[in-house]
Amino acid sequence: MKFNTLIKTALFTAGLLLSQATLADRALLNVSYDPTRELYQEFNKEFIKDWKAKTGETVTIQQSHGGAGKQARAVIDGLEADVLTLAITYDIDNISRRARLLPENWQSRLPNKSIPYTSTMVFLVRKGNPKGIKDWDDLVKEGVAVITPNPKTSGGARYNYLAAWAFAEKKYGSKDAAKDFVRKLYKNVPVLDSGARGATTTFLQREIGDVLLTWENEAYLALKELGDGKVDIIVPPTSILAETPVAIVDKVVDKHGTRDLAEAYLNFLYSPTGQKLAAKHFYRPSEPKYADAADIARFPKIERFKVDDVFGGWDNVQKVHFDDEGIFDQIYAP
Amino acid sequence: MRQSYIMPGFRPTLGFTLVYLGLVVLIPLSTLVFKSLSLSWDDYVHIITSNRVMASFRVSFSTSLLAALIASFFGFIIAWTFVRYHFFGKRILDALIDLPFALPTAVAGIVLATIYQPNGYIGQLLINTFGIKVAYTPTGIVIALIFISMPFVVRTVQPVLQEFDSTMEEAASTLGATKLQIFTKVIFPNVFPALLTGFSLAFARGVGEYGSVIFIAGNIPYVSEIVPLMIITKLEQYEYAGATAIALTLLVISFVLLLIINLLQLWVRKRSGQL
Repeated sequence: MKFNTLIKTALFTAGLLLSQATLADRALLNVSYDPTRELYQEFNKEFIKDWKAKTGETVTIQQSHGGAGKQARAVIDGLEADVLTLAITYDIDNISRRARLLPENWQSRLPNKSIPYTSTMVFLVRKGNPKGIKDWDDLVKEGVAVITPNPKTSGGARYNYLAAWAFAEKKYGSKDAAKDFVRKLYKNVPVLDSGARGATTTFLQREIGDVLLTWENEAYLALKELGDGKVDIIVPPTSILAETPVAIVDKVVDKHGTRDLAEAYLNFLYSPTGQKLAAKHFYRPSEPKYADAADIARFPKIERFKVDDVFGGWDNVQKVHFDDEGIFDQIYAP
Repeated sequence: MRQSYIMPGFRPTLGFTLVYLGLVVLIPLSTLVFKSLSLSWDDYVHIITSNRVMASFRVSFSTSLLAALIASFFGFIIAWTFVRYHFFGKRILDALIDLPFALPTAVAGIVLATIYQPNGYIGQLLINTFGIKVAYTPTGIVIALIFISMPFVVRTVQPVLQEFDSTMEEAASTLGATKLQIFTKVIFPNVFPALLTGFSLAFARGVGEYGSVIFIAGNIPYVSEIVPLMIITKLEQYEYAGATAIALTLLVISFVLLLIINLLQLWVRKRSGQL
């Protein structure tokens, strides 16, 4: 008798859960990295409106933000992301290789190598630029304190490191000189935070350091939020092309039955609305013609090195520079 | 095994203990062992003995040890003050002691980093008057660890001091012992085992602590990187096996150290006739 009731209750509960699952709105989980928070807040609203107008269906979009590497690892460990909007192709490559959640050719499935918008790394300095920092070689001068996170744990920090390396290799003409340059640069780093937001806090709230190396959009965001003229943005003549890719997670969308929605969502990033929003939030759109001219005018001209051209791709970067006992470890060895 | 106990409930309680230890402690820990078994012995040794990992072990154990010693010394004084003296606001101060237990450690870390950094309230003072830099050095790690481990010492020593039989003190006094003698020969030996427990809890907590340390350490390789950060770093590089190898080593060393402290405690209590 007792057992019977138990089974009935269990069945009832299961039925209830099931019916709720089928009745509820379809939802997408977008797993992204830290600085995209503001962009996707606005983008999701626009997409939901657009989807409703086209299909009449009401959908919800959930966002998850965090350090890029940590986010990728969460997906590998089972976080059911329908779409990924991450900082580095290497992270999505790893999700593909290690968890086999999407095919290895994921990058060829969307326009422009699955990169709807790009960014770069710039300098944020104290108001009036008291140390006169203009270019990368100003960072290795004595008495200049540089704030950048640990490239082993932060995506943005990897771009910082690579930008400095590419600058030095071009200017001084050899890999040895570049290694020496980054060694000097990291000698000037008093605190190695583990993520981009941590480094921003160190620089802005704790007022440590003369220059913060950061994402272009983070720099503009800091300027907008501080507002009272505490910092200036310095755009160096050269930097790195930060390619921030997006992808559908095939295994997850098939399980959730959200493939059409996920595809529409990512394609919407390439639409005039998506491109316009990217520019508005200080990302450089792949189709500038769709963005407001005033937004585009905010981006200064800058020569951006490509990771593929200078370093032969992310696998190589990881192996040579950031793996254990790679160059980044060597420059710190006593 | 047909032994009968006067107290009822031996079987259910033992059963519960074993199930708890199995589910909550042993199964998670054994997956750690299995994961690191995917490494060959040579790889394991290579990972553990790499200079950077070794440096982080040195940083973690030395700072935890120092912090536990300092926390034990001052924790004892605090417990003593609370038990032996009555003063205004004692209850509030007593409640304050537990606050680090409840505070998310990341909050503690951020707050400590803010006040001890070179432009912070205390940091400025220390750097201008003594030339000591606290935040972003190993000293900062010690400060954070003292902060989070102090309550362990106070809360283990306090009840023992409270229960301390004052007739022993009176007896010593009537036999002509000085105040110092009473403290060193009568009171301290009785409290020492509890102090050791507090010390080992503080030490163990310090070795595993991540949240509060990470904000104040500066995380410079070879100087102020702690072992838990090395584990996180390995994970960020998708080296799961390497991360578990370090975690396992940390666990084994901590276990051995705690075992030694426990044995020491047993020996002390036997010698002082408490067992």
